Amino acid sequence: MPVNTEWKPKIVAFCCNWCSYAGADLAGSSRLAYPADVKIIRIPCSCRLNPLFILRAFQRGADGVILCGCHPGDCHYSTGNYYARRRMTLLFSMLNYLGIDSRRTRVEWVSAAEGAKFAATMNDFAKTITELGENVKLGDLRCKEN
Amino acid sequence: MQKIGVFVCWCGSNIAATVDVKAVANAMRSEPGVVFSTDYQYMCSENGQNLIKDAIRDYKLDGIVVCSCSPRMHEATFRKTAMAAGLNPYMVEIANIREQCSWIHKDMPEGTEKAMVLARAAIAKVKKNAPLTAGTSPVTKRALVIGGGIAGIQTALDVADAGYEVDIVEKSPTIGGRMAQLDKTFPTLDCAACILTPKMVEANQHEKINLITYSELENVSGFVGNFTARIRKKARHVDEKKCTGCGVCTEKCPSRKGLNEFNMGLNTRGAIYIPFAQAIPNLAVIDTSNCIHFKTGKCGICEKNCSAGAIKFDQEDEIIERKYGAIVVATGFKPIDASYFDEYAYTQSKDVVTSLEFERLMNAAGPSKGVLVRPSDGEHPHDITFIQCVGSRCSHDATKGKEYCSKICCMYTAKHAMLVREKYPDVNVHVFYIDVRTPGKNFDEFYRRAVEQYDVDYIKGMVGKVTVEGKKLHVQGSSLLSNDQLHIYSDMVVLATAIEPDPTARSIGTMLTASMDTNDFFTEAHPKLRPVESPTAGIFLSGVCQGPKDIPETVAQAGAAASKVIGLLSKNELVGNPCVAHANELLCNGCSQCERVCPYGAITYVEKEVRGPEFRGVKRVAQVNEAVCQGCGACTVTCPSTAMDLKGFSNNQIIAEVDAICR
Amino acid sequence: MQRELIERLNALIGEGVGKRVLGWKRGEFFYDTEPAILAADQLDELVYDSFCGPNLSKYLIQEMPKLGEGEKIIALIKPCDSYSFNQLCTEHRINKDKVYVIGVGCKGKIDVDKIRARGITGITGIDVDGDALTVHTLYGDEQVNRKEVLLNKCLSCKGKEHRVFDEQIGESEETSTGDDRFDMVKKLEAMSAEERFAFWRGELSKCIRCNACRNVCPACSCVKCVFDNPNTGVQNKAAADDFEENLFHIIRAFHVAGRCTDCGECSRVCPQGIPLHLLNRKFISDIDELYGEYQAGEEVGQRHPVINYTQGDCEPSIVHERGSNA
Repeated sequence: MPVNTEWKPKIVAFCCNWCSYAGADLAGSSRLAYPADVKIIRIPCSCRLNPLFILRAFQRGADGVILCGCHPGDCHYSTGNYYARRRMTLLFSMLNYLGIDSRRTRVEWVSAAEGAKFAATMNDFAKTITELGENVKLGDLRCKEN
Repeated sequence: MQKIGVFVCWCGSNIAATVDVKAVANAMRSEPGVVFSTDYQYMCSENGQNLIKDAIRDYKLDGIVVCSCSPRMHEATFRKTAMAAGLNPYMVEIANIREQCSWIHKDMPEGTEKAMVLARAAIAKVKKNAPLTAGTSPVTKRALVIGGGIAGIQTALDVADAGYEVDIVEKSPTIGGRMAQLDKTFPTLDCAACILTPKMVEANQHEKINLITYSELENVSGFVGNFTARIRKKARHVDEKKCTGCGVCTEKCPSRKGLNEFNMGLNTRGAIYIPFAQAIPNLAVIDTSNCIHFKTGKCGICEKNCSAGAIKFDQEDEIIERKYGAIVVATGFKPIDASYFDEYAYTQSKDVVTSLEFERLMNAAGPSKGVLVRPSDGEHPHDITFIQCVGSRCSHDATKGKEYCSKICCMYTAKHAMLVREKYPDVNVHVFYIDVRTPGKNFDEFYRRAVEQYDVDYIKGMVGKVTVEGKKLHVQGSSLLSNDQLHIYSDMVVLATAIEPDPTARSIGTMLTASMDTNDFFTEAHPKLRPVESPTAGIFLSGVCQGPKDIPETVAQAGAAASKVIGLLSKNELVGNPCVAHANELLCNGCSQCERVCPYGAITYVEKEVRGPEFRGVKRVAQVNEAVCQGCGACTVTCPSTAMDLKGFSNNQIIAEVDAICR
Repeated sequence: MQRELIERLNALIGEGVGKRVLGWKRGEFFYDTEPAILAADQLDELVYDSFCGPNLSKYLIQEMPKLGEGEKIIALIKPCDSYSFNQLCTEHRINKDKVYVIGVGCKGKIDVDKIRARGITGITGIDVDGDALTVHTLYGDEQVNRKEVLLNKCLSCKGKEHRVFDEQIGESEETSTGDDRFDMVKKLEAMSAEERFAFWRGELSKCIRCNACRNVCPACSCVKCVFDNPNTGVQNKAAADDFEENLFHIIRAFHVAGRCTDCGECSRVCPQGIPLHLLNRKFISDIDELYGEYQAGEEVGQRHPVINYTQGDCEPSIVHERGSNA
């Protein structure tokens, strides 16, 4: 679809408090820019991310949702990201199965030291979502055939 | 309607340069619920904080949003500010408009717009906040150390020296553990008993240390600061107060069937025995499975010969129940069963021994009084082959051996080889190795000495098979360096068997809800930064129970665990993190899914009388121990009915943020 | 078999094994059966025939608190229902000690809609004789092969072995067609994203939120459903926003992921004919493929894959890497 110059994607980034939120802070203190379309929600651990929140975001018009957490093996709570990894894999697969582009959902492991990775990830994700355009799919899902 | 105050910080020009702070403050004024909104140069300064305090009082604010730097920076500051003005500190939310906005966006309209969205999300969240109070719990100023080896002894000594009571529970009749069985120690070759026994004596005599030997942990309940342990003190059938440890009974005992555990079963002992000469406590114990009195009701020779009258055939197990503030796991290791590796003829020839057996054969207090002889015929050996990595680094067959490196074998094999060559220069010594791993202070020098000064024949290669041929052991191996097939006819073969956690570790881990890896080593709270703590609060790790290590590392870790214990016991009460999980009992299905994902064992289930508008009666419900919960939230997502929620990051708070951002 | 069963139940009640029986009774029409809790004097109402499709396990949950110390309820459990029974035991919703399980044999259950789909109308009764069905209608009798009109869930039957029982009554007969139960999932996966989207839009927009799928599902047994709870933020009685149905079905499928035994009740009861089991089977097929084959309810005490992990699990990016057609 033609890119609407007025349109700005809505991107929700869930970041775990210990690694990725700190990584985002580091990106900031290193002045590494990424699009303002990305809005971060702080959660204690990636395992706190309920699929409900992602669906809610899509329901309310988000165009992309990304989860960032500690690298597997480095979870502040030992095992949280392992559970998150399974849950997100299954959820993303289900959304894809329902016809929602798998590029609109992503998980990245970003440590507190990886400010550059955080910024690069957000730049890449925002670019992908911008190219995909408005989440027409979910818009359509919301629009029943009468 | 709640009354929310919004405080937008300039952070000098850090925020104000790319975010129109006044526009943000003005825009927030029209948000529902916001009754006060302002901006200030430095909100974290004293003046800034006073501004917040005044506003809280003047406008009777129920919650505040500070738009400033990262909450990782000043959340604690503003919580204190709120508290000082009489507002619950958890009614504060931070909108991170510096690190995650002004510093990364160059364009003022863009930065301002994003700052407004972030502020709205924080307002939406704070409206769903609830006042939280951190709970406190008292600390029992006594530590329990499980295992009386060098790790447990060192931890106990360090904790006791700081003035706290320590109990050591040891399953065997004496403390000392594996180190007591060793002959010499690498790389200094000082005798293990000479450096260990003074520590054993010190532990025994320390007024703050209480040894509970020949005892097993039966159950542990409670949580950090407040554990209750039930310990079964097995009957020795010897009165501890009367026995002088003279040893007459052990000499007179006519039963000689019991295998001597201390000597790795290489010889036998009486049914009444003292494990070894320097055993602590120096008390006899009756092995009822071999005692003639216990089997036939007759004999009683020990009783007749005991001038102290200490023999008590009718003694029964005793249960000790005691409270502890901290628990240290120091359960140690055992060598793996070498019979899995019968290609090395371990079960076919007495002359194939494990390294720990060899250690006893070399020891002056061992079965051969320190004279190296072949176990089969007592003859002097002329050729010995050592095989390294038996059961270690066995990634090709994990059912047989261990995937990990046991870490200590390269060094003790070098030690054995060197000691043999030193004492018996006529003995040829071969060592088959995959790699020689010698990282450690003076370790590589030690190994080089074995090769260069003591002329130990190190062969890089694997042994395929050992067969018994007459009195000789035919060792068939290959040398990777010369690419030769080797046939060595040895008198003895020594297997550097892998070490594995003590078999009791798994059940102790379950009792303590302390997590373990697939090899049954205890998992540390953080592999780099919290290596001596279990993820379960109040449980600490000392020694090989956490992973293979040598004596100096064990002692270092034991001391580190002790310092963590001291840090905990020095507190009179523990202040919890109020952002913990909480189960709504009316909604709870009782399904136990949350219990299974909790890394801390903070969730238990109880049958409880529950009353609500739709349900009244007894049901199975989850209960979160707030002192143990660390607030990760894993449980909340497993809960299909949302009965389990996380305070401070509740479902409704996060959904409110999502809605505000996607508005 | 029904007579034999009732005789045995009377005997069991006489012996004091239990006072009440969870079984089926006739519903509004002759081909309807519904779950029933029957006391000794109501046993003549008990039905066990080719129309006893409903999975009864879930109904034991509400019976648990009514049972006194040492008291048992007698439950009739088909082979497929026994998986749900075990899963509910794992989740502590049912206490096996309080249930005397009679594993009833099953030769597959009849889907009357499949008979209607053959153009047979005005059905007044059906006689079953082995595989020969004589369908009585207002317009005369019709002959139908029983095997051809079984419920869809019977065609992908997991086998006729009871995973739990105290005793077994009646014979079973294999009904699985042997086809891969994931055929339709694979077909959907092979479609383009647009086609998949169109498929689900077509299906899910039929949803009238009657909650029948949820109410029948043995895994959907929350004491209070999130969609009925005004405090969860997702509750909605009517579809205020048309994404609600999708949200409902995705969340429902996610909540039962790893716990769903693939009993097929959701699709059986859907009045709109939405193939809801295809959502659950997608999760099952992903779990089998990514985390190793798993059957919920096979044993009591299993830790299901969604509350488990291995350190070497695949990354979520696998969803994209497998291609948009997977």
